[in-house]
Amino acid sequence: MLDGTDLVYAYDGTFEGLMCCVFESYECKEIPCLIRPPSDQQTIFDTSKWIETDSQKADRVYNSIPVRISSEAQELVKLGFLTCEENKELLIFRFLRSGFKIGGKVMTMLTDEVVCSLQKAVRHLTSESHKFKGFIRFSVFGEALVAVIEPKNYVLPLLSAHFCDRYNGEKFMIYDKTHSVALIYQSNRAELIDIEGLTLPNVDSTEAKYRQLWKQFYNTIAIEGRTNPRCRMTLMPKRYWNQMTEFDNKSDLFQIQVQVAETKQAIANDIDKTTDKTTRYQIQGD
Amino acid sequence: MGNAAKAGICHSFSADGRCISLLKVLMTNVCVFDCKYCINRESNDTPRAAFTPHELAELTINFYRRNYIEGLFLSSGVIKNPNYTAEQMIKALELLRNVYHFNGYIHVKAIPGADSELITRLGLLADRMSINIELPSQESLRLLAPSKSKESILRPMGLISTKIQENRTDLVKYRHASRFVPAGQSTQLIVGATPDTDHKILTLTEGLYKKYGLKRVFFSAYMPVAENSLLPAIDTKPPLIREHRLYQADWLLRFYGFEAKELLDEQNPNFNLQVDPKCNWALNNMDKFPVEINRASHEMLLRVPGIGVISAQRIMTARRNGSLDFTSLKKLGVVLKRAQYFITCQGKIMEGLKITSDSTIRTLMSDRYKLPSYQEQLRLFEEPFISREEVQECLTGQI
Repeated sequence: MLDGTDLVYAYDGTFEGLMCCVFESYECKEIPCLIRPPSDQQTIFDTSKWIETDSQKADRVYNSIPVRISSEAQELVKLGFLTCEENKELLIFRFLRSGFKIGGKVMTMLTDEVVCSLQKAVRHLTSESHKFKGFIRFSVFGEALVAVIEPKNYVLPLLSAHFCDRYNGEKFMIYDKTHSVALIYQSNRAELIDIEGLTLPNVDSTEAKYRQLWKQFYNTIAIEGRTNPRCRMTLMPKRYWNQMTEFDNKSDLFQIQVQVAETKQAIANDIDKTTDKTTRYQIQGD
Repeated sequence: MGNAAKAGICHSFSADGRCISLLKVLMTNVCVFDCKYCINRESNDTPRAAFTPHELAELTINFYRRNYIEGLFLSSGVIKNPNYTAEQMIKALELLRNVYHFNGYIHVKAIPGADSELITRLGLLADRMSINIELPSQESLRLLAPSKSKESILRPMGLISTKIQENRTDLVKYRHASRFVPAGQSTQLIVGATPDTDHKILTLTEGLYKKYGLKRVFFSAYMPVAENSLLPAIDTKPPLIREHRLYQADWLLRFYGFEAKELLDEQNPNFNLQVDPKCNWALNNMDKFPVEINRASHEMLLRVPGIGVISAQRIMTARRNGSLDFTSLKKLGVVLKRAQYFITCQGKIMEGLKITSDSTIRTLMSDRYKLPSYQEQLRLFEEPFISREEVQECLTGQI
């Protein structure tokens, strides 16, 4: 078998495309050292082998996973493709190669480099999506609920079922800023749609009122004597804060007023201090 | 509208690092009870307010729609009398469930002293119910919460637990039987307001899990809000480390197969603040260690410091494919820093491991203890300190 040390596969970036890479590798009896999506920069010295996507081939590979490995393995591969792991293609590829060789036992090889890394990447994905179930903040615009997220992984497919169940019969949209995709749910149907950029209208007074109430609740519930910023940051890293109502101070007029008052006070204090100094100098001078 | 997820969802974390998942409010802070430790006690001069059922429902629904919260946590001061209070709460919950069609999570506090018929009605509207025990002994209750008695707390708790049992059989018999407190009941204990020992608290906790089938027992470090000669001084720091140790022990009871009497006894009634309860147990039972990772039973793996529920499960799975060494343990998520002193892989201890008194005690001690502020807490409670010699004796004697 050709164990190509410099063989590179290029595919169209879809899950089906990746399955075709696996097919190609078996058909040509070769093992690529890299599988890359088309978004990477191409050079004139590009020697990579383009793998055409063929849904029949993809189905053959995909459908054989539960038969020859296990349905858990199929789930792992499916989720693995949604992760932000840099080498996810190669990981999935290698996992499938060893899976087809060993069978269902591959899922218990937790100390194997490939299996371990793939499961770790999937854990990152699932834990991030679980966090977003809580940290997503919707705003009400007319009848629709709109939320913006900036996840590392492609979490929208994992969030769909939870939020469709939660807002059964309503209209909502979750916009994934990182991947420029939106999950849109209306008339009891959910779909993923590519969107370039999103500008939200101004919020109305009811929305502003509930935001303010929530901020007030958030600030009141913390017990001063137990303040523990490190613990909070571990459980809710700062990258989530951008899109959360309780940390949004821009629209908060009250906060601004307080800040202005504080600055004025600080300036006044400074003036006091300087006058103090001058008097002292005068005394010393005398 | 709404659903309730099986695994809890935290919607935010407050500045003190605690999870916010429910809108936690009092129906009213008017109260006829006079519990010494409480800010809403009758004798305290504080502004009083109350929600109308409609206001409360409107607030809950609007927070819920914006995904701020997972549901409502409704408690209340006792207004007029316990029955009247319970009726007010039932009104609010009925509005929320039947008029607003809210299917999210509701946690409601049972009011001590309310009629069992009212408690039952509350239970049919809520997902979880709880009654706070607050103080772990009858004497402490008599002293600090004269309007409550052990009986007035345990009776409704028993009632709820029997109802849950009955409901379980009903649900099997009749498909459409309404669900009574499907998420179980919980309670809370205050730690550090009275001289009750950890041993007493933990034994009580274990009893509550076994006898009343409670889902959770929560501990709350006492934070002084009231001046009273019967209570710790107002500037007392909350015993946070002690609360943490109790939670660790609580996990050991619920997920690790430990029993309260293994962790504490009459001679050592309080937890060691420097090492966690599991390490402490291991150090006192060095005759059971080291364990061979490739042969030890699941129960024994769970008792090794540095191995948790998940890594124990992973070890069981992974070792079917061949024997494990220290590098593979690291991949499985075992905390070798602690586990190294208690395990062997293929009959060998970890390479390069030097067991000296200093390094051992330093690695086994929690980082937090090293902060100077916690050393003061130590002196307050006068913990039995494991001497360095003792640790060395334990460790070198065995490995």
